[in-house]
Amino acid sequence: MIRDITLGQFFPGKSLLHRLDPRVKLLWVLVYIILLFLVNTALGFTLYVVITAVLIKLSGIRVKMFFKGMRPIVFLLVFTAVINMFMTAGEPIFKLGFLSVTKEGIRIAVFMALRLMLLVTGTSLLTFTTSPIMLTDAIERILSPFSKIGVPADAIAMMMTIAIRFIPTILEETDKIIKAQKARGADFESGNILARAKAMTPILIPLFISAFRRADELAVAMECRCYHGGEGRTRLKQLKISKIDIESLCFIPVLLILVIFSRQFSLGLM
Amino acid sequence: MIKTEELKFSYKSEDKVTDVLNDININIIEGEFVAVLGRNGSGKSTFAKLMNAILLPTGGKAYVCGIDSADEDKIYDIRKNIGMVFQNPDNQLVATIVEEDVAFGPENLGVEPSEIRKRVDWALDVVGMREFAEAAPHHLSGGQKQRIAIAGILAMKPQCIVLDEPTAMLDPSGRREIINTVKQLNRELGITIVLITHYMDEAALADRIIVMSGGSVCLDGTPKDVLTQRERIKSLGLDTPQVTELMYNLKACGFDVNDKIINVEECVNELLRLIKKEKND
Repeated sequence: MIRDITLGQFFPGKSLLHRLDPRVKLLWVLVYIILLFLVNTALGFTLYVVITAVLIKLSGIRVKMFFKGMRPIVFLLVFTAVINMFMTAGEPIFKLGFLSVTKEGIRIAVFMALRLMLLVTGTSLLTFTTSPIMLTDAIERILSPFSKIGVPADAIAMMMTIAIRFIPTILEETDKIIKAQKARGADFESGNILARAKAMTPILIPLFISAFRRADELAVAMECRCYHGGEGRTRLKQLKISKIDIESLCFIPVLLILVIFSRQFSLGLM
Repeated sequence: MIKTEELKFSYKSEDKVTDVLNDININIIEGEFVAVLGRNGSGKSTFAKLMNAILLPTGGKAYVCGIDSADEDKIYDIRKNIGMVFQNPDNQLVATIVEEDVAFGPENLGVEPSEIRKRVDWALDVVGMREFAEAAPHHLSGGQKQRIAIAGILAMKPQCIVLDEPTAMLDPSGRREIINTVKQLNRELGITIVLITHYMDEAALADRIIVMSGGSVCLDGTPKDVLTQRERIKSLGLDTPQVTELMYNLKACGFDVNDKIINVEECVNELLRLIKKEKND
């Protein structure tokens, strides 16, 4: 069923990673990604894989879930690996017609693939352990200093919250409209891509009309509840930096040093 | 609590002016439970929106808690005192978690976080939804969602709640949940209730019924006075409650019954009396 999909793939839990402040987690993901692009040796990648494995273990989320997240990028992985393998100049290992696989090519291909996989896993760690509402809060708080130069931090956060809130509602409605149109004899399955795309019109038009109506009603309801932008607004849940957040932040320089150190150690060509 | 003087409202579109409300004079007293009846297009929803300054009168005045609704500086004083609950529960919930949604009103009012926590827990207790505090709204039934919407209003601590056909999209059990909650708010917390509805049975529970038609108030009185004026009610395109209809028909068939009956309990007693009398004769 269309309505069964979980949003943002958040897995509720009480692990260390779940308890970290979402702002700290966002910062960590940023650092993780930047440092990942500085890693260029086998030692560095080994280090990264170990750290990521430890984090996965800490999150208490099954490894299977992380592999599932990898599925959409399989094509990209294979594609970049193949291109890198053949297109890098260097010492050839073997030839396939006019194409030659080089030692440097293999090295770059493996590193690139690892980098992409680690990238997805690292960001998944954030979304798996942080509820959408926490993420929105974190983004609002991070953006709030910029409100002085005209960034509407609270409005952005509000929009994200509403979007997340209404995704299941609108999916449910889409499901209903599809059924209603099928009951009237609409055919969504046969024909080529163009015909099928055309068949979507009777779904999209009612969906849009109802979305606008919803938006209008919601706006009135929000006004009735005294919504007047972020000014003077308080929050039920205050984000608080606790001891474990500070401790985890202390690991950022450690990681930085380890990564820089690993760059000096290239074991042979790898 | 709410007082209107010659209240008028009209929509302007290009060159046409459509009058929705004409010269409404109503005074709703604190603690009252008022039902507003009327068929579609009678102006009852517009009337509701005028009560908390979502719409402003195009003529006449509306005073809410003694404040002129046209006074823009005090618009939030009005809105926090007059809560509004709408028909579609889905389109009033803002947040992805029940308690976050209930907190939305107090958050907007700038209430202290610890106080918000208290209000949220209290409001969820009042509507009996405390156990769903952490649930996602889309996993709840219509009646439950509507109770969350009511809790969200309650958390602003209003003096009056206006409900605009809150049960129209609900199934019978959801409708019962909402009506019981509304009655409880009025009886136990002393909150003034304005219930806009087209269900006669719901209106019969109120202290006072206002019937609107074509943008004016046609009838205003206790449920007994209003709902038993069968001819008048029918001519306004409404129905009397089923029990009143039953009594009317019995009387028309020649039975000696009291046709001024509006609720089931009275109806049962009257029927028992009738049966006993028939046996004795």
